[in-house]
Amino acid sequence: MVRVEGNGAAGSLIQVRGLDKTYRRGSEDIDVLQGLNLDVDKGDFVAFMGPSGSGKTTLLNLLGGLDVPTRGTISVAGDEITHMSRGKLTDWRARHVGLIFQMYNLIPVLTAFQNVELPLLLTKLSKAERRTHVETALSVVGLGERMGHFPRQLSGGQEQRVAIARAIVADPTFLLCDEPTGDLDRKSADDVMELIKRLVQEYGKTVLMVTHDPLVARQANTTLHLDKGVLVEAGARQGVVAGGAS
Amino acid sequence: MKFGRLIWANLIRKKARLVLTIGSFAVALFLFALLGVVNDAFGRGADVVSANRLVTINRTSIINTVPLSYRDEILRIPGVSYITHNNWFGGTYQDPKNFFPQFVIDPENQRQVFPELIVPDDQWNTFLKDRQGAIVGADTMKRFGWKIGDRIPITTTIYGLAGKPFEFNIDGVYHGAKREDDQTQFWFQWEYFKESVPDSEKGQVGWYVIRIANPDDAPRIAKTIDNSYLNSPYETKTETESAFQQGWVKQFGNIKFLITSIGTVVFFTLLLVTGNTMAISVRERTNELGVLKAIGFPDRAVLGFILGESMAIALAGCVGLLLALVAIPQLSRAMAGLLPPLLVTAKTLVYGVIAALVVGFASGILPAWGAMRMRVVTALRRV
Repeated sequence: MVRVEGNGAAGSLIQVRGLDKTYRRGSEDIDVLQGLNLDVDKGDFVAFMGPSGSGKTTLLNLLGGLDVPTRGTISVAGDEITHMSRGKLTDWRARHVGLIFQMYNLIPVLTAFQNVELPLLLTKLSKAERRTHVETALSVVGLGERMGHFPRQLSGGQEQRVAIARAIVADPTFLLCDEPTGDLDRKSADDVMELIKRLVQEYGKTVLMVTHDPLVARQANTTLHLDKGVLVEAGARQGVVAGGAS
Repeated sequence: MKFGRLIWANLIRKKARLVLTIGSFAVALFLFALLGVVNDAFGRGADVVSANRLVTINRTSIINTVPLSYRDEILRIPGVSYITHNNWFGGTYQDPKNFFPQFVIDPENQRQVFPELIVPDDQWNTFLKDRQGAIVGADTMKRFGWKIGDRIPITTTIYGLAGKPFEFNIDGVYHGAKREDDQTQFWFQWEYFKESVPDSEKGQVGWYVIRIANPDDAPRIAKTIDNSYLNSPYETKTETESAFQQGWVKQFGNIKFLITSIGTVVFFTLLLVTGNTMAISVRERTNELGVLKAIGFPDRAVLGFILGESMAIALAGCVGLLLALVAIPQLSRAMAGLLPPLLVTAKTLVYGVIAALVVGFASGILPAWGAMRMRVVTALRRV
């Protein structure tokens, strides 16, 4: 269940309270997010929609510990991440967050296998164990036969699936997807969305996704709208308690 | 090392740039080795000289001679064990470019004064009996492909002897006891020389080399010799062999300063080149570094990757030292007689590797530090 009123249950996987993010541009302060509350339970699939500059990616960056808020708190699985040191936050990200980007962001000089293996290099797994995990992740995304291919040898859809394999290989607590289909044709986009839905339905993953595309957003269990830094509307198809920003 | 593959993959992503950067390192390190070897060669005099040898020359200059009659007088000074005299012959073999050092020697005491230059007894005895005999350093023998028994013409332009070559029989070969010892000299007999030079030169020698019993007596003996000939037509200047060698080197100018200056400029340029290369390399993949950070690679790992790359390039550049190891001995042979032997020592190689690593670190640290400090979201925004 997803709530935006700040009164979610204590057991929510992700709890956001009074989140502000202000950027300074020259002498001007720009409020990107203002007093945002959010509760996301384990296994939810949430889509954030909104116009450019509404703060979708900023919210995703904050939830993923890639950036720090100006005010407010974010707790994930009981860890309050907003006051973690830079080093601890990096370590936390490695254990809890799987990231999927619009432009795939694969390392071009590494093969699909090596790209997917990257998060596992930070673990104590042996080489053989890493291989098993990588092969499993690549087979989940349907690219078991393309392990030795470099990104330039793959189509956009395949690259994104490698990126998804990289995001899930270390079995993170939740996945953050920033416009995962934004650079794909419709067919590839559908394939990718099918895959993400499978991750939610079959593997119980929690997914938070930013998208501009209503068709893509409709694949999520819940769609939240951000406008000028405020959660102004919660569109729910199932299990959503609607509410405005506090 | 599980991160090694990542470093390697990034290193070879721009192969032409990698080769050129390693090449600039290699050239710089080759120059480093060459300059170091030349510096060593000019400074080696102080290492290979004996502490118990003095050199007496004409006070005016080494090209002025001193009387042969001084020999017995010097030998009578308490503390002097042996004395020999030498003249510079300045000849060439067959072609003016075939230059090497030839010395007229006093066969009676040469071996006692220079015991580290070893001649087998049977060869030395043959030489003593042969007025036209010569003893040749092993390097010069090798350079010209000579063998014992060969008859060699040497032409000189000094002492008014231009035109007719001197003929010599090679009676023996000397080897240095140490690797650093000069093995390029050519020795021949004073008596053979004396019979050909003008009368005015017959009683004059180039310089004396004196072996003393106790190095502590060197100042006293030197002072005694020089005081003996004060106000004479041939005043002398006596000093330790070490001081003599250093004075000789100084005639070429401040070699050490020259070499240090060139070396500094070379390495500073290399630092700029590799620093710029590393900076470009990091800037080109800022986004990728952001991705690594985003998926959990710590800042110090990013720092390590970039430093690892610059250090790997530096180490690969050490191929320049290997090149020096092969090329400098060839160069030394080609320059025999013009320069002291050029020897690539382990010290030069170790210093070369250290210099490479220092430059590798210095050129990588700033880009690496910048990448380490860069915020993830800033890096991800870069395309």
